[in-house]
Amino acid sequence: MQEEQGAARRLLKAAGERVARFGPVLVAAAAALLLLDLYLGGTGLGAALAVLVLIVVAMLFPERQEKRGAEERIDGGARLIETLPATDLAAAVQDPLYIFDEAGGVVYANRAASAAFGPAVPGLSLQLKFRAPEMHDFIARAIEGVNGDLAIDYVERVPFERAYRVSATPIGEGTRLFVLLFKDQSEARRIDRMRADFIANASHELRTPLASIAGFIETLRGPARDDAKAREAFLQIMHDQTGRMARLIDDLLSLSRLEAKPYGRPGEKVDLRLLIGGVRDALAHLAKESGVTIELDIPDTPLEVAGHRDELVQVFENLLENACKYGSSGGRVVVSAGGGGPGEERTVTVTDFGPGIAEEHLPRITERFYRVDVETSRAQKGTGLGLAIVKHILTRHGARLSIRSKLGEGSSFTVHFPPP
Amino acid sequence: MQSQHIMRSFDEELRFLANQIGAMGGYAERMVDEAVAALVGGDVALARKVIEDDLYLDLKEREIGEKAVVIIAKRQPMAADLREIVGAIRISGDLERIGDLGKNIAKRVVAVTEARQPTRLFRGLSSLTELALTQLKEVLDAYATRSAEKIGFVRDRDEEIDAMYTSLFRELLTYMMEDPRNITACTHLIFCAKNIERIGDHATNIAETVFHIITGTTMPPERPKVDQSHKIIATVPAAQGGK
Ligand SMILES: Nc1ncnc2c1ncn2[C@@H]1O[C@H](COP(=O)(O)OP(=O)(O)O)[C@@H](O)[C@H]1O
Ligand SMILES: [Mg+2]
Repeated sequence: MQEEQGAARRLLKAAGERVARFGPVLVAAAAALLLLDLYLGGTGLGAALAVLVLIVVAMLFPERQEKRGAEERIDGGARLIETLPATDLAAAVQDPLYIFDEAGGVVYANRAASAAFGPAVPGLSLQLKFRAPEMHDFIARAIEGVNGDLAIDYVERVPFERAYRVSATPIGEGTRLFVLLFKDQSEARRIDRMRADFIANASHELRTPLASIAGFIETLRGPARDDAKAREAFLQIMHDQTGRMARLIDDLLSLSRLEAKPYGRPGEKVDLRLLIGGVRDALAHLAKESGVTIELDIPDTPLEVAGHRDELVQVFENLLENACKYGSSGGRVVVSAGGGGPGEERTVTVTDFGPGIAEEHLPRITERFYRVDVETSRAQKGTGLGLAIVKHILTRHGARLSIRSKLGEGSSFTVHFPPP
Repeated sequence: MQSQHIMRSFDEELRFLANQIGAMGGYAERMVDEAVAALVGGDVALARKVIEDDLYLDLKEREIGEKAVVIIAKRQPMAADLREIVGAIRISGDLERIGDLGKNIAKRVVAVTEARQPTRLFRGLSSLTELALTQLKEVLDAYATRSAEKIGFVRDRDEEIDAMYTSLFRELLTYMMEDPRNITACTHLIFCAKNIERIGDHATNIAETVFHIITGTTMPPERPKVDQSHKIIATVPAAQGGK
């Protein structure tokens, strides 16, 4: 309804424009007619009629002319198109494309099709080559001209996964030929899969704060039952932890989108001194369990950077957690900070004195799911995501991570923040 | 849907048979894939679907058999055409058996997933299935494209499947000895692995039939083993852990 009105309005507008363009001529003609009519003793009605005819002709005439012009413009290309072999056109298509007859036999396969699905022999049966039940039926429906879906999703699982959006369309009228066109969706699907994996696996990140809360509850029930001061402190920590868990869930969801979409630099001012102190307290339980003492070597002056507080908490929690878990044999972990002068970059370094990391692994340990030793990581309830998260967050902050390690001596992870 | 077609030429009848094999093959591949996915994911509903799908394969096998008999009686084909039709009957038989094996795996899903199993138990089975499905796909693709050259590799892959089955069998045995609570699940998994290994055997049967259809000769029995060193038995390179 609205469309109709729109079309009518457009038509009127075009006609109006034409009338306006021929305006002076029309006005002159109308005046002449009116004068002539009156002069001949008429009432002006005849002149009005004549003017109407004049206007209508003016409205229609130029349209015909415009149309003819357009036809001429297309004509040059059309002559070429009409003699162009269909196979040339099909060969120019970059996606796999088959032309098949009403028996489902392949008449033509372009190069992309042969590259993707192997060479097509004459008469190759499409329904034998593409056997998946939904494809089989899809091709049958296309041939019978049954109105069904215009396109379907098709996935080949082996030997490696590929996903396509496939459409089948009759060619021309009465040719009894059809075209089957594949659009590659593998990339999109891979990203989807990666996100799903990522979220499923990363939910383990929630376990650390949960375990720490559970630990505090245990303490509150047992040793600290009657200690009002400790109770207040523990409840505060637990409160902070639960809040952070909730925010963590949000972050995990958004983090999966992080890789594709780099974020603008965050603006909140965060004092790293306080933040690191908080992280140490939150990980006190884990440190104790691992038999590690955490030492802070941080100057007294404030150490401010622009950033998201929750995310930076995650960064240092992951680094400290790793140092405690994988470097526990060193017995201590040192967090040191430096820089902070005007125009200077700020650095925070987490150092452990554990087994260290072999050189060949260093460039890779920030990759998702990468673990130097799967068994150790699993024993530590790791999933290989911690450093990947660290890296993404730092990238968002315009910061970077450098890692130094020597086998048998320990590792140090340094975060470099750009000057504010 | 297909059977409403009016048969005009002999060629069309043969094509119809091939398309029916295509339909069966697609179902069989899907069933095996889904049966193992149901097992690994503990998806009982998917397992039930697989069990139901088996009816379709039984039905199709009967249809193809009957259709083939009609064509032979009516056309009295010779040589290549006769090989084509008899071959279709044999292939449909193997595909029907593959469906049975898939159904058999699906039937074990409930028993295996009653208690949550550690994922490492399934890892080997997944890669074994991948091998068998690749083998089946290559064989059916060779049938579709009439390419006898590709079929020679099928024997190699069959050996690979056997080796993988043996290693998987040992692995599952160790899990059983490690922890008696694993015994039930691992026993079922060993049967599942055996089923997958037999799916590979049926794929090899189909390869032999296809070879015969195309060339009119039987596939050379066993190629002399020249070099074993290039064989990759355990797949999945360690570096894969990174991605
Ligand atoms: N301080 C460290 N000392 C030794 N190895 C480490 C250290 N930090 C990380 N790694 C190694 O890097 C891998 C990846 O770490 P991470 O991304 O945090 O994953 P996760 O801890 O969940 O396994 C770990 O599995 C471990 O092998
Ligand atoms: Mg970690």
